[in-house]
Amino acid sequence: MRALILYLLIIGAGTGGELCVSRAMKVVGEVKDFRPVALVRFFAHALRVSWMWVGVTLMGIAFFSLLAVLSTENVSLVVPVTALSYAAGALGGKFFLGEKVTRRRWAGVLLVCIGVAIVIMGRG
Amino acid sequence: MKFSHLHFKTYLLILLMVIFGPLGNVLLGKGMKRIGALSIGTTVGVIDLLSRGLTSGIIWLGIGSLVTFFVAYMLVLSWADYSYVQPASSAAYGVVALLAHFMLREVVTPTRWMGVLLICVGVFVVGQTPPRTTEPR
Repeated sequence: MRALILYLLIIGAGTGGELCVSRAMKVVGEVKDFRPVALVRFFAHALRVSWMWVGVTLMGIAFFSLLAVLSTENVSLVVPVTALSYAAGALGGKFFLGEKVTRRRWAGVLLVCIGVAIVIMGRG
Repeated sequence: MKFSHLHFKTYLLILLMVIFGPLGNVLLGKGMKRIGALSIGTTVGVIDLLSRGLTSGIIWLGIGSLVTFFVAYMLVLSWADYSYVQPASSAAYGVVALLAHFMLREVVTPTRWMGVLLICVGVFVVGQTPPRTTEPR
């Protein structure tokens, strides 16, 4: 039960955080100058976008959940299970970021979910 | 911005993500295994987590790797679709299984390898869809 809650936090908060960071990055705009000063300016701009803070907070929750679950589970099991984030990511991309999720993309997401189930069954 | 230049910097940053993401996870896994099981249900448990976890060199290396991963991730998301970047970084699943097998000496069963392979095929299929389906802001 403890592991299940932690997995849900890793997937839900992790994907939600990534979607928020993605939205923030689109607000900041494309990086074309990779000099250190320009990168510092880029990150300073990113920190002024509220979506970034929401995203980082959610990713922080997911990170500490990951730390907790890694203390008891094998990393080769934990990381593939987090692939369920692809399903959450496709839904978030469609409804939160307005992306077009085609049938092919959904087919890929289904393959990922089956792969995750196999990984869990292969736990031994 | 030339088309090829855009692809070059996208692939370069995704390569950094694929290397440093799994490396960070494996280092954290190694560090956390040394610490042992934790309870995060209480304040004392969280303080225990911070005090034991953040004094470990391996965990700091893991955190450094994940920070590098996150910086690359933020940069690439400034121009590429989330739905493109996420599947493109799928190679990380294979990398983490290899690292777990060779660095952590964990037993990765053939069934698990098959699952990891299927995950990679799935995200590859996702990656075949158009990388950008929305207009840049």
